[in-house]
Amino acid sequence: MAELNKKTVHALAEGLASGSWSAVEIAQDCLDAVKNGDEKVHAFLKVDAEQILAEARESDARRAKGAARSEYDGIPVGIKDNIAVRNATVSCASKLLENVVSPYDATAVANLRAKGFIPFGRLNMDEFAMGSSCENSAFGKTANPRDITRVPGGSSGGSAAAVAADFVPVTLGSDTGGSIRQPAAFCGVVGLKPTYGRVSRYGLVAFASSLDQIGPLSKDVIDSGIILDAISGKDAKDSTCLPLEPSAAAAAALEGAQGRSLAGLTFGMPKEYFSGTLAPGVAKALDGAIEQIKAMGGKIVEVSLPHTKYAVAVYYIIATAEASANLARFDAVRYGKRIDGADLIDTYFKSRGAGFGSEVIRRILLGTYVLSSGYYDAYYLKAQKVRTLIRKDFTEAYKQCDLLLTPVTPAPAFKFGEKSDPLQMYLSDIFTIALNLAGQCGISVPAGMDDATGMPVGIQFLGPELAENRLLKAAAAFEAVRG
Amino acid sequence: MANSDINVKYVAELARLELPAEQFAAIEKDLSSIVDYIAELNEVDVTGVEPTAHAAALSNVWREDEAVESGLRDAMLANAPDLVNGCLVKVSKVLPGEESN
Repeated sequence: MAELNKKTVHALAEGLASGSWSAVEIAQDCLDAVKNGDEKVHAFLKVDAEQILAEARESDARRAKGAARSEYDGIPVGIKDNIAVRNATVSCASKLLENVVSPYDATAVANLRAKGFIPFGRLNMDEFAMGSSCENSAFGKTANPRDITRVPGGSSGGSAAAVAADFVPVTLGSDTGGSIRQPAAFCGVVGLKPTYGRVSRYGLVAFASSLDQIGPLSKDVIDSGIILDAISGKDAKDSTCLPLEPSAAAAAALEGAQGRSLAGLTFGMPKEYFSGTLAPGVAKALDGAIEQIKAMGGKIVEVSLPHTKYAVAVYYIIATAEASANLARFDAVRYGKRIDGADLIDTYFKSRGAGFGSEVIRRILLGTYVLSSGYYDAYYLKAQKVRTLIRKDFTEAYKQCDLLLTPVTPAPAFKFGEKSDPLQMYLSDIFTIALNLAGQCGISVPAGMDDATGMPVGIQFLGPELAENRLLKAAAAFEAVRG
Repeated sequence: MANSDINVKYVAELARLELPAEQFAAIEKDLSSIVDYIAELNEVDVTGVEPTAHAAALSNVWREDEAVESGLRDAMLANAPDLVNGCLVKVSKVLPGEESN
């Protein structure tokens, strides 16, 4: 058994080119892995095996004719359930949208198809991407494949778990406040949040429009680069998508992995990120990373992001305000599960009240409250101004360093039900959310295991706008040496 | 700063959410603790600071005003909970006293 489901995207591409295996064999191994393992993990909400195999056969036929769309033609990519794939359900793990079928592909998915990648299944998530543990899915929790009593993180918990469990080589997630990087860290995989505007949001169900960004979760840094290169680039269907050509990050990552050096790079460590309590396992992983970076020729300096302590408050005002506006469109008129009331407005009240889960309702209420008459200036406008200060902190920090090195989470993956207080759950996002407020890029990479829990620990490299090449080159070098 | 002034019933009305009355107290407790926490922004001096609405440094993004065929009409309508004549989305009455259908 070749167990093709366990291989990286770049390894699969080599074997496809050499004829060592076919797209159908890859798809079959992934389908078998899901069949054998997903009952315990529940990473996928749905997998359409017939459709995947049909597309794999078409891919093999293209390659046989010398008409492969790229070297990656025939490689499956798992898709988070808030990213539209034509003729597949796009439920956002919500009862309200349970049976809604997308009539079109998200631009990120269309771009994947243009390279021959095959969309594979619908991945579980916190409902409407609101959560840090995947416990908010309306269709059951996803478990962490490293320890099924623990959460996989969220909101892209299914996307991280599917890679960690070797169901698929790579997946797409979305990151509004850490929803790619945090589950990647909890599951021991790589997760990349691209610069805001790098990847079109067309076909990504909006949570917080000024923060959302699609990105890959993968087995290694090179694979994240390959997927970023495939999905990025300008898009007339998203006016906030930057007018740029697709990235060339995979080549940078490969260069980093081969060069295995960090000479000439300065890494800033924000002192505010180390003032609180880090779990011993996280602190140990960071200490190890620092030693390794120095040994590879990198320089470490202390920097300051003075408004860090306000990031969680700013985030939960801006993200919920935007969410309350974005989720206003779900009225069960043209699609969604409708519960008829006495009149139209009563239908809205009943359908929305019954269709949304408790965390989504909590955030819609909070967002509606901070935008309501009398509170707008005190909360929303104030938060937008502090957001400016948070962005300036990063601009100042990057005058002293090339990249930042930080923890991803204060502690490794927690157990189901361990965090029941919403505010405590929000506070654990402290290291990931400022990046979304700043609109910059960051990557979570595995950096060891926590002795106390046996769970993986991630570290985060952050970079300024459009610095993905620098970011992935450094992260790939780090990963190659750490092994 | 205590925020006993969060009227969950009123905010839920603004958000078009029908919630069971017995949940109001628990929701109010959760929201109050979050609002107390976000009130820490009061201590930040933002005099002269411009608000950031968006992370992308883009403004006035234009495209050609050209009609394009979406071709999605039937697939879109297939998601509707209720249709009239296969092409109109049916809803409950909109105004009081109005004839339904």
